[in-house]
Parts: sequence; C-alpha cells; structure tokens
Amino acid sequence: MSTATDTQRKAPAGERVADWADGRLGIYSLAKANMRKIFPDHWSFMLGEIALYSFIIIILTGVYLTLFFEPSMSEVVYHGSYEPMQGIRMSAAYASTLDISFDVRGGLLVRQIHHWAALIFLAGMFVHMMRVFFTGAFRKPREINWLFGFLLFVLGMFTGFTGYSLPDDLLSGTGVRFTQGAILSMPIVGTYISMFLFGGEFPGHDFVGRFYSIHILLLPGIMLGLLVAHLILVFYHKHTQFAGPGRTNKNVVGMPLMPVYMAKAGGFFFLVFGIIAIIAAIATINPIWNIGPYRPDQVSTGAQPDWYMGFAEGLIRVMPGWEINLWGHTLVLGVFIPLMAFGLVLGIIAVYPFVESWITGDKREHHILDRPRNAPTRTAFGVAWITEYVVVFIGGANDLWATHFHLSLNAISWFVRIFIFVGPVIAFVVTRRICLGLQRRDKEKVLHGRESGIIKRLPHGEFVEIHEPLGPEQLHTLTAHEQYKPVEIGPTVDENGVERKVSALQKLRARLSKGYFGENNQIAKPTAEEYKEITSGHGHH
Amino acid sequence: MKKLSARRRHPLAAVVVLLLALAATGGLYAAFAPASKAQADETAQSLAIDEGKKLYSVGCASCHGTGGQGTTDGPSLVGVGSAAVDFQVGTGRMPAQQPGAQVPKKKVIYSQAQIDQLAAYVASLGAGPITPNKSQVSPDGADIAKGGDLFRSNCAQCHNFTGEGGALSNGKYAPSLEGVDPKHIYEAMQTGPQSMPSFPDTTMPEQQKRDIIAYIQTVNSGQSENPGGLKLGGLGPVSEGLFAWVFGLGALIAVAIWVAAHTAKAKKS
Repeated sequence: MSTATDTQRKAPAGERVADWADGRLGIYSLAKANMRKIFPDHWSFMLGEIALYSFIIIILTGVYLTLFFEPSMSEVVYHGSYEPMQGIRMSAAYASTLDISFDVRGGLLVRQIHHWAALIFLAGMFVHMMRVFFTGAFRKPREINWLFGFLLFVLGMFTGFTGYSLPDDLLSGTGVRFTQGAILSMPIVGTYISMFLFGGEFPGHDFVGRFYSIHILLLPGIMLGLLVAHLILVFYHKHTQFAGPGRTNKNVVGMPLMPVYMAKAGGFFFLVFGIIAIIAAIATINPIWNIGPYRPDQVSTGAQPDWYMGFAEGLIRVMPGWEINLWGHTLVLGVFIPLMAFGLVLGIIAVYPFVESWITGDKREHHILDRPRNAPTRTAFGVAWITEYVVVFIGGANDLWATHFHLSLNAISWFVRIFIFVGPVIAFVVTRRICLGLQRRDKEKVLHGRESGIIKRLPHGEFVEIHEPLGPEQLHTLTAHEQYKPVEIGPTVDENGVERKVSALQKLRARLSKGYFGENNQIAKPTAEEYKEITSGHGHH
Repeated sequence: MKKLSARRRHPLAAVVVLLLALAATGGLYAAFAPASKAQADETAQSLAIDEGKKLYSVGCASCHGTGGQGTTDGPSLVGVGSAAVDFQVGTGRMPAQQPGAQVPKKKVIYSQAQIDQLAAYVASLGAGPITPNKSQVSPDGADIAKGGDLFRSNCAQCHNFTGEGGALSNGKYAPSLEGVDPKHIYEAMQTGPQSMPSFPDTTMPEQQKRDIIAYIQTVNSGQSENPGGLKLGGLGPVSEGLFAWVFGLGALIAVAIWVAAHTAKAKKS
C-alpha cells in the first residue's frame, strides 16, 4: 500500500483520488478499519438486506411521486383520461393520484414499485426480526439494536398507513375512519386527539396535508436515523455467526466486506430492485381508479388495510361490540380492547430480550447463534407469538375466507375468538415437543452416528441398520451449544435457622427459569465420556 | 217504506238481498274492471300461462305450493312478477338444489322459452315487476361515471368496489357480478333476490340502473382493461399482501439463498 513513496512512478488514478479524499476527509483510517470487516455467510443474514434495499427503493420512487402528487383536499371535478371517473367530484389528492396513474410518464409503474416495495419492506423486516429472534441474536450486546429494529418495524407500519391514506380514495378513507374510531375509543383524551389530528370533525380538510408531512418527512426521517444507527451497531458489534469449527464467541469467520460483500450486497440490491420492478410491472397494487374517491357516506366490502395493519383489522373484526355507558360517557370496549391488544402483542416481542436475560441471569456477550431447537422455550414462545399474529390475521380477512372457502363468516369469527387464546398455547406445547425431539435426535446422531440406510443381517438372523459416525465438524456443530442451569432460590433457611425473605418476583423468576432449563425442558447434550464409552466399541445398539 | 219493512222478515228476503248484492258487485265490476289486454294476444298469453303452469307443477310446486301460495319450504310467488322468475330461473338459482344459507347460481336447466312460460304463469298470480326488454338494460349511452358513483353508494358495501362479491353473515354472500347478463343485473335490482334489497323504479329510476350496468360492464367484464397488470382477483389489500409474501418475498429469499450459496472460494491449488 505504501508504494506512494516511489515518487518516480505516477500513481494510478484511483490511488490519486483516494489520496485526495484522504487528505480532506481522513477516510483512510476509516476505510482501513472497516473495509476488511468480516461478515459470515448465511442466506438468513440477508433478510435484513431485503428490508434495507426495499427501503432505498421506496425512498427513490417516493421522491418521484412527490413531484406530481398534490397533497390537498380541495375539491375538483375530474376531467383526466380515465373515463369511468369523468365529471366526478373528488379531492385534488385523489385527482393527482389518478393523473400519476394515467397521465404521468412512468407514473403508474413508479407508484406500483413504491407500493409493492413497501409491502415487501415490511415483510422483509418481519422475517428478519424472526430470524434474529429464533437464533437468539438479540442477546447481549444487541438488545438496543433489537429495539431499534422493532421501532423501525412499527414506524414502517405507520409510514405505510399514512402513505396509503394519501390518495384519499374510498378504501384508504375507510381505513382513516377506522383509525379515527380507534383514537376516539381512548378514554378522556380520544376526542381531543381526534379533533387535533383532523383539525376538527372527521374528515375535515386537513388530514391529507398533515399525513403527507408525516409520511414523507417526519417518519422516514426518524427511520433513516434509526436505520443508520442500526447499521452502525451491526458494524460495531460485528455480525453473529452460527456455531461451527473454528468459530468462537471472539471471532467472526467469513468473507471481507471489500471486495466480496461489496460485490454481493451491491449485486443483491439490483436483484431486489429488479424483482420488485418485475412484480410492479405485472401485478396491480391499490388500483385507486377502481376504488373511487373517498366520501364518508360510501363504503365497500373487502375493506382491509395493507397486510402489516391486517393484525389491527382482525382484532377489531372479531371483538364483540361491548360498551359501557356511565354518567353520560361511553367507553367503547369493542374498539378500546383491540387497541390495547394491538400495543400489547407488539410490545411483548419488543421487551422479550430483557425478560429472557432476566430469567436466565445471563449477562455475558453472545456472538454465536443458537439453533432454534436448542432454545426450546424461546422458540416455542416465538412460534406462539406468530400463531397469535396469524390467527388474528385470519380474522382480519374473515370475509374473504368466507367467500373463498365457502364458510360462514360468523363461524370464522368464532374460530378466531377461541384460537386467539387457545392457538398460542397449542403452538407453544407442540413447538417445544418438536424442539426437544430434535434435540434428542441430535444427541442420538452424536452418540450413534448417522443412519446410513444400509441394512446388515447378522449371523443369527437379526437385521440392523449400520450407523456411520459423524465427522468431527458435525460433532462440534451439534454439541457447541451451551446448556444453562435453572436459577435456584437456594435454601430459604440458613444454618442458624433464620428465615431469608424471598420476594414473589424471585420466586417467579426461579419458576420461569425452571420452565426454560429445568429437567424436562432441555435434553442434556452428550458428554465426552458418553461419546467415548459408546464409540470405544462396547455394545453397538 | 212501510211495505218493505213489513216484508223484511219474509223467508225469501235474505235471498233477495243476496241476489241484489251480487248483481250490484257484478255490475260494478263489469263497469270498472280494466279492459282486458289486447285481444289478439290473449290466446298466446293464456297458452303461455297454461304451459307455464304445467312446468310449474313439475318443477316448482313442491316448495312454492300448487298455486304459488308458498309453503314452509319456499316463499309465496304471488306478486313477485315475471322479472323475479326470469332472474331466478334464468341464472339457474331456481329450481333450488337443496336448502341452505343461500341458493347458489348454477347451470340453467330451462330454455328461455320455458322460462318465459313460467314467468307468464307466475305473473298471472299477481302483478309484479315485469321482465325488462333489451333497450331497458342496454348500457349504450349510459353515464359510466354516474353509474360508478351510484354503485359505490348502493352496491359496493356488499358486492365490493368493482362487483367482485363479498361475504354476508352466516354463510350468505353477495355474488360476483363479473360476466352477469345486464338483464339479470337489472332484474336483481328490480326484485331484490335472497338477501339483496330491491331497488324499484321509485327509488332508482331505469336510467340509473342502466348507468350502474354500464359501470359494471366497464370495470368488471371480460373486456375490462387492467392498466396496472394482473388484477389479483380485484379483492384489494388481502390478495396483494398474499402476493407480496408468496411471490415477492418468496422470490427474494430464493435469490438470497442463491447469492449466499455462491460465495467466493479459496483458490484450489
């Protein structure tokens, strides 16, 4: 690198540019520290990249859309090129969205890329979050980054919501009305917040302009900041890796950022952009021209939000319409309880890392990922959470389930009402059983080898299958995980007979810890002695 | 008066009064009854009614009663009119296959001539909406935009924005309007079959019905344009979300696996 001392030779152009920049920006030390940063290879580590790239695509296409969109609720009469809307009164926002779709060059494609990318952005974040959850990548030192990621997901939901509300079409207007209803259900403050947000009675003339500022400036600005912080922390913490030979808690085994990951990540960006563009070119999304302009007196069946809000829709749809009338005030439990449940279900997943570290009492750093089966209780909890999410999701589309599967709408609602409570419990139990079964199989494989499929007949007539011993790499991978001991309260009475006070919290913690790591809640992994004894030739069975 | 009141208890007085009353009613009826329809048509019409009655006795009477008065298995057909028959039988809904939440559309088993005969018979049971003619249901010259607005006000809450259909309570549903004959759409609005409310001419004039038909034909028929590409069932965000997860994220994960599998390898010596 230090060939620059050779003054006789004229340095190549790239080097001169780098030199020029280093003299002014001091990028050399920064580059030196980061360009050789190692990243481990696994496809599931690229799920976050899908989210990152779709976010970039959303920003790029969003900027184009702002050039033509008119965030105004002033009333206009449509005279554009879409015939079925001729002469209809609508807001300027809706009319300009029709213009973007039919009269702006490339407008419809860009709109569709923007919207498809938004759905994929949220889906990408969701699966990325699940990857982090099930591999235990949220453990120390990454709890804060988990929260950043969670915030990105929630803010992404609301950015999406404010975005699809902008065209002021009948579907999104119904969604805004739904949101206003949820706001109104809040005791005491609801009406004030609603009046403040909409500048008076719903719908008023302000919300499109306000949502526009929130959608293009406030929320994306916060998200961009969080995203940068998220990535800085990934660099700072270094990437996690799965257990394997040569991989420890103190190293990262993989390929360097420059040039391998630069090429891979850069290429992957174009692949993501390409796939989203293809989808946007072949499939319609949010055909607002079919939906019509918003009017509070009109509504359509099949009025659902985009998928990431489907969870909220489901909660409202299956909730019985309870309300309490007291002293001239109404508490609409039919909407307020779903609103609380919405925050609760999302909140649980956000605080999980802190709960788990409290239960395990583990304050060490973890850079080696867990295989989901080796953390059965966590995995079962995660699957239960997803089950809850999916069950509510079914409720959000109960009408389409009814028409497409020839079922009764009411039966589906009752199914959801019951399975909101029962589903996660069943999922928890079943998942844990499966995880423990897989742990047993791992143990079996370590001790007795892999089933070879070769059947041998012994002299006395017995048939046995030959098991091939695993190689050292596989043995290491299957036994690398560590197993915790449950937290014990210890004797509550000391040698002098003095009773020690044990708080209810401590008792709870001990019980939860037993649930995580107690006798029947994990399969003791094979020890070296066991392995030696079996492989030394005494009795193959 | 004295003579009359003196004989009012005569054994034949009641008979005389009855005869007088009958004569008065009959005379009044003859004087005020609507003139019978065009004389030339009468034979054809009554023939159709006769044929219709025969068809009715075979295919309908078991549920709707021998005289169309209705039974516990089927409603009365008095006053439903020929439009209702043309819709129900013409779309295959009647005769019903089995009782259930809703009688579905199925293969039509009567010819149009037979349907007309059935309609004539049922119409003869009591006045009701009449089967529309071609010009009444034609979308030509109708206002599509007005139709769209009317559709969103009156129809979309059950049939969806573009008439893709939707669910109602307890297994009932609003069917899809895609590819439905304009005549049947008109008759459905006129008669309000099954769960549907009726929109008689007093609440929705003929012109508005034609506007609505024109709108449906424009946005949801075989010839409809889909500027955005595949319409994914026209069901809105649910099918879009499913598509994004299955094909969007699915394709991206497949690509991610492919990229991860093609890593830089150490040169083999």
